[in-house]
Amino acid sequence: MAISRRKFLKITSGAIGGGVAAEIGILNVDTAAAAAKAGKAPIKSGRQVASICPYCAVGCGQIVTVSDAGEIVDIQGNPDSPINQGTLCPKGAATYQLVKNEQRWSTVKYRAPGSDRWEERPLEWAMSRIAELTKKTRDANFNEFQDLPDGKGGTVRKRVMNTYAIASLGGATMDNEWNYLHQKLMHALGVVYLENQARI
Amino acid sequence: MGSNMAECHPVAFRWPLKARTDHDAVLMHVDPRFTRTSAACNLHVPIRAGSDIAFLGALIKFVINSKRWNEDPFFREYVVNYTNAATLVNPEFRDTEELDGVFSGLAPDGKSYANATWSYQRNQAPPKAKGGVGPFSDLLLQQVPGRPKTDPTLQDPNCVLQIVRKHYARYTPDLVEKVCGCSAEQFLKVAQTMLDNSGRDKTANITYAVGWTQHTVGVQIIRAAAMLQALLGNIGRPGGGVLALRGHATIQGSTDIATLYHSLPAYLNMPDGRKKHDSLKEFILTEAGPLATSYWGNYPKFAVSYLKAQFGAAATAENDYGYDYHPKITGDHSHMPMMLDMAAGKIKGFFVMGQNPAVGGQNARLQRKALAKLDWMVVRDYFETETAAFWRNSPEVLSGELKTADIKTEVFFLPAAAVAEMEGSFTNTQRLLQQHDKAADPPGDARSDSWFTYQLGKRLQKMYADSASNLDWGIKNLAWDYEPEAKEVAPWRIKDEPSAYKVLKEINGVTVADQKPLATFANLKEDGSTACGAWIYTGVIPEDGKNNAARRKPDQWISPNWGFAWPANRHIMYNRASADSQGKPWSEAKKLVFWDPDADSGTKDPAGNTVRGKWVAPSGEGIDFQPTKAPTMVGKDAALGFDWLSGNDAFIMRADGKAWLFAPAGLVDGPLPTHYEPYESPVANRVYRQQSNPVAKVWRTEGNVYHGVADPKYPIVVSTYRVTEHHLSGTMSRWLPWLAELMPELFCEVSPELAAEKGIRNAGYVTIVTARGEIEARALVTRRIKPFVIDGKKVHEIGLPWHWGWQGNAKGDVANDLSAMVGDPNVSIHEGKVFTCDIRAGRKGGRS
Ligand code: SF4
Repeated sequence: MAISRRKFLKITSGAIGGGVAAEIGILNVDTAAAAAKAGKAPIKSGRQVASICPYCAVGCGQIVTVSDAGEIVDIQGNPDSPINQGTLCPKGAATYQLVKNEQRWSTVKYRAPGSDRWEERPLEWAMSRIAELTKKTRDANFNEFQDLPDGKGGTVRKRVMNTYAIASLGGATMDNEWNYLHQKLMHALGVVYLENQARI
Repeated sequence: MGSNMAECHPVAFRWPLKARTDHDAVLMHVDPRFTRTSAACNLHVPIRAGSDIAFLGALIKFVINSKRWNEDPFFREYVVNYTNAATLVNPEFRDTEELDGVFSGLAPDGKSYANATWSYQRNQAPPKAKGGVGPFSDLLLQQVPGRPKTDPTLQDPNCVLQIVRKHYARYTPDLVEKVCGCSAEQFLKVAQTMLDNSGRDKTANITYAVGWTQHTVGVQIIRAAAMLQALLGNIGRPGGGVLALRGHATIQGSTDIATLYHSLPAYLNMPDGRKKHDSLKEFILTEAGPLATSYWGNYPKFAVSYLKAQFGAAATAENDYGYDYHPKITGDHSHMPMMLDMAAGKIKGFFVMGQNPAVGGQNARLQRKALAKLDWMVVRDYFETETAAFWRNSPEVLSGELKTADIKTEVFFLPAAAVAEMEGSFTNTQRLLQQHDKAADPPGDARSDSWFTYQLGKRLQKMYADSASNLDWGIKNLAWDYEPEAKEVAPWRIKDEPSAYKVLKEINGVTVADQKPLATFANLKEDGSTACGAWIYTGVIPEDGKNNAARRKPDQWISPNWGFAWPANRHIMYNRASADSQGKPWSEAKKLVFWDPDADSGTKDPAGNTVRGKWVAPSGEGIDFQPTKAPTMVGKDAALGFDWLSGNDAFIMRADGKAWLFAPAGLVDGPLPTHYEPYESPVANRVYRQQSNPVAKVWRTEGNVYHGVADPKYPIVVSTYRVTEHHLSGTMSRWLPWLAELMPELFCEVSPELAAEKGIRNAGYVTIVTARGEIEARALVTRRIKPFVIDGKKVHEIGLPWHWGWQGNAKGDVANDLSAMVGDPNVSIHEGKVFTCDIRAGRKGGRS
């Protein structure tokens, strides 16, 4: 979907408050004053929930504001955080649009082999199908033993208990808890092509 | 160096700025480009991309030859006590000075090193200790080597300091001028400032980011910085250190709780079919043997507790805690070889979660084509990323090179929950765990990443429930119960999210019998009575119902009650070194951890009297040392861990308790950082005959063609980098209208000199070409980029941010189509920070 500059401006006009507060944080080297200003940023009223910026590893504190209807209505810097003292950079200040975004997909999409389109599918169906494919691929390609170099020019038979047919590549903005669960499951299945953005 | 902090870690950059404005700190930026960071620093010194070790090596030489370093007793006390400067190295060791750019031990094929000659000289091994510590520890005790030999006068020609001196003897300001392209005066200004700002009362810090890691010598660049800081007495002290600015919200967490092929959680190595890892005992002896005199002497506890967390009640002493059912790696299975094996058809199924290799991967064209070889792929993200859409509109499909109908990959897109829509923790670049709470349910079928993995595991466990095959023992017996308590999900529509608290509690570790959390990793056991997912995180949940990652009480300095810094809330690692060898603070200004001889140690002597003396930190900082080991205490020879270490062995994770100026083990490409040219370079190595890192990871395969040295077809150096308005491959930014507008289009920074040579106009199109691909971008002709004169030859550089792809609101060509897969031999990171290319005015395909 192409978004015209005019539409950009229309969409962005509602966000100037957050953007300005963040800019002050970067440009004004007087951090105390910046913190005070950021603390006074026009946070919309509602329930406030402590969060952390989803972008870089600085780990700026955020406050997510939730309306009475349970909708996220605002995301701002957390003035209490000793890391950012209420300020956010342009990415952090745009977090709200990551949550509320008309291009965000909220249903499962499926593309059959060779097909030229996405089809919508129920989540349950997709999970069952993925589990089935995982088991099928693993079982057909599991190695209990493998001949490996013995360091003297020959080979030696080693127990490896792995599969090379499944790979996993994860991002580094996903919870510690996910990393733990995922390494645990992948190791239980024998997956050794287990990688993460953290290498790059 | 190696970082554009103002651009890429902007909020963190407020702190050095504050140090400059409030405390007259001097900020120096050594970087190929003049950036937003340079603009805010006292000094910018441009150096050619890939010449960092020449610069850092010259700083090391400058420091150790300086009058002040040789006369100020501070430096000698720090270096003799806390580094391995005095340690004697095997006389068989041969340096790059003797072998023209390689170290002793290089295999005849030149592709790998044997490191026997890099070892320490040692005293005789101690008489065997009696044991009785634990089944695995007792075996480790039998292997304890003799203590390393030292010469505290630092005169012995085989002592580390003399080896370092010789190694960098030719790294002069003049050489810096010729290799790096900055002036000798600029270099000397940096060197003098570093020295002037280090010592008893002052500390200096070095900060880096991927500008240092993404090289075929990435690990060695960082080591060179660590050596310099150790020589200057800047490690373990407030304001000192080498700070890695990492790029993603929990990239540190993804490394700690590794979803990386080579590592188990908490830096235990992955079992490896190529090593002597045939049983748990052999695994522990192989991995922990060389480290057992450091805190790693507790390796058996970490390994057994990890297996207990993995397999629960099924893991018993009789079955080696399930070790035989744990997979082993057999080679390099990291990102780049993974994609090459995928391109070769060896990989059938692929989980891609929060990643976008179609844009972010090196040689991205090759990576996209690899996706077409898969049977199935699961993508979890917010938007239809380029990776999700490769089969319908990738450049290869649009050009007809691939046909959608021929692509047999079955693709699933599962929508992901945003951070604000789930509960969990991140670990930031300071090792600080911070909790984020759930504010709302995610929309529709969007779920947390943990939900996906947990529910997939539950389904698979059901499918394997009746299997009697030992091949399925691991999945069948996996301890996999994180069902939420009713109150955890009561406010939410989605009731089957796993309990983040239960997961973190397992990571923290528990006593198996009563499932109570462990307060400290000192309580771990090697007999199967404790289970712990990642020992370094122990203490984050010190007791039931208490989550230290969710602490939110800031203060004006270290903020020990804000989140939880692993390990054990220690914010500055190796902080024993913030006191002198006698345990006294080096100075009032730099006081952090020190020995209080009168404090109640909390223990009693056999006569029942209070034992006095312990390490203290009034700021609340966690103490990275044995709490009651007096500074003058001498370690036992036949012992493990803390018992072996002495009161001045501040570097407790090193087998000798010292910071390593010379690395006798642990690196595959040499014990000392050495200037090699990048794998693709426009110039020959001026320092040695050896052109580039001899053991760099190289993959010569179809579609991954390399350029030659000083290749006339590709004479220009290119660095890829990031801008503040976008995040990596753009998945979390190019779809956001606010950010897309701020930085709408791919551009290429070009110097006015190069623009004049090539007829390039500011804002006009340019085409950039390598043997891997061709892309177009708008030219940004700017004096921020300057050509370098390298040993009399003019070398042009261009800069290329890499956030764009063909999806989203802000679109552009994929910069990573240009780069090659080539990597650091220690960690398999690519060399996206420096490779060669050509550039011409006009659009792709000759359009203008
Ligand atoms: S606000 Fe900016 S600097 Fe802070 S964590 Fe987010 S991306 Fe990083």
